[in-house]
Amino acid sequence: MDTNAKTAACCGKSDVSAKTTSQSPACDCHGEVDSRRHERGVETTGSVETPVAPVPRVGTVLGWADRLGTVKARWGIGRMDYRVEPGLYAVGGPTADSPVLVSANYKMSFDRLRSALPGVDAWILVLDTKGINVWCAAGKGTFGTDELVHRIEAARLPEIVSHRTVIVPQLGAPGVAAHEVRKRTGFRVVYGPVRAGDVPAFLQAGMKATPEMRRVEFPLRDRLAVVPVELVMGAKCVLLTMAALLVLSGLGPDGYAASRILARGLPSAALLLGAFVAGTVFGPLLLPWLPGRALSAKGTWIGLAMVAGLGAYMLTESPATPDWLAWSAWAILLPATTSFILMNFTGATTYTSLSGVRREMRVAVPIQAIAAVAGVLLWIVARFV
Amino acid sequence: MTGIRYLSNVVTLRLDETKCTGCGMCEMVCPHAVFRIEQHQARIADRDACMECGACARNCPAEAISVDAGVGCAVAIIKGALTGTSPDCACGGKSSCCG
Ligand code: SF4
Ligand code: SF4
Repeated sequence: MDTNAKTAACCGKSDVSAKTTSQSPACDCHGEVDSRRHERGVETTGSVETPVAPVPRVGTVLGWADRLGTVKARWGIGRMDYRVEPGLYAVGGPTADSPVLVSANYKMSFDRLRSALPGVDAWILVLDTKGINVWCAAGKGTFGTDELVHRIEAARLPEIVSHRTVIVPQLGAPGVAAHEVRKRTGFRVVYGPVRAGDVPAFLQAGMKATPEMRRVEFPLRDRLAVVPVELVMGAKCVLLTMAALLVLSGLGPDGYAASRILARGLPSAALLLGAFVAGTVFGPLLLPWLPGRALSAKGTWIGLAMVAGLGAYMLTESPATPDWLAWSAWAILLPATTSFILMNFTGATTYTSLSGVRREMRVAVPIQAIAAVAGVLLWIVARFV
Repeated sequence: MTGIRYLSNVVTLRLDETKCTGCGMCEMVCPHAVFRIEQHQARIADRDACMECGACARNCPAEAISVDAGVGCAVAIIKGALTGTSPDCACGGKSSCCG
């Protein structure tokens, strides 16, 4: 799948240079898309006069195209191309005294911010984050001190506003050094709330955030929001493995028989698909309640539940001759699969540390690998007895 | 503490209290309320909640904080191991790798 290939190239090739210089394109998958295709990538409604130049105004109500784009981005369709032209924008009728809110040029970040601002007069300064959301880009360094300084200067912000404050989303802080921005531009960085929806309350309170506005949790809504794209990204891998299982299942003591592909292969492929969907959907859903702290441990339980269910099913289907050998193969393969799936979910969570993930992988990956080999061997042996 | 807990005693976060000026930036930028300011002095109140995002170290004007910042993403670590690059796919956000 196209999206998957691009993502893979992206993650593999984004090297350390992206951390240090904000200008270098971090991954070629984002660089290869022409961001100018839709002009600004957002519909503008007139402009606001300033001493420098007219600043394009954007609405605070999202249209159908915006909503459709959000849905597509969630499902990983064309999400690499979902960006807004960097630079200064206006919402409402801002003046020289109005606040400046900094955002990323991932359209979903930008849309979430502007749709939170009905009735607010403000400037939005969009940084070039190569179409990546604020938090991810801050980790990469593309949402960073250099880019912010550059955009403040390029927009000639000191000539447009009379104050010297920019409001940066708190999740941009890993990339931005507030004291350096001040030294280089004279602008004070105030960190705004984590969620765009809290921006009006934050402004109303005189740019003060409550502790809740500063906390990142991982509520059900956010956990489920990442499920579609995980399904899309894992699909290719799972479909290939299913195909391999189908082909292998033709093997038997009397040579190759296509009839076995249906009888034996289909249930096997279905089990694998079931493990993938169960791990990808129920893992995030049940995350707080699955026992264990390591995600690879939490994932194991989903597979074990399937193993129990499969055993019960086999006992009711063929109580006289349950195929315990095939069952043992799956008793190893299913937990290993769901453990691996949830371990890979670490990247989508909002609380796992690099050191922590490294530690759990040192334990989990060897176990998963041994289980995969043992399980597949057992599964093949079961074809022959 | 609310929320889901990750592994204990693993993060690389360090605070040099002798350098701290008590400015409060670390407490403000941390998304997991790891720091507390008490008597004009930062204190690590909940070290295991740290996700090593690096926001505190980057914004400490006194350079009192150090942390090996990175993204806690198994996919990035696997890819890094396979391609020989450092894990850097900025997965930590609302979406999976490179979202
Ligand atoms: S940011 Fe640095 S100087 Fe300021 S309170 Fe935290 S540790 Fe102390
Ligand atoms: S690295 Fe991030 S999560 Fe850890 S203490 Fe610093 S700001 Fe908080």
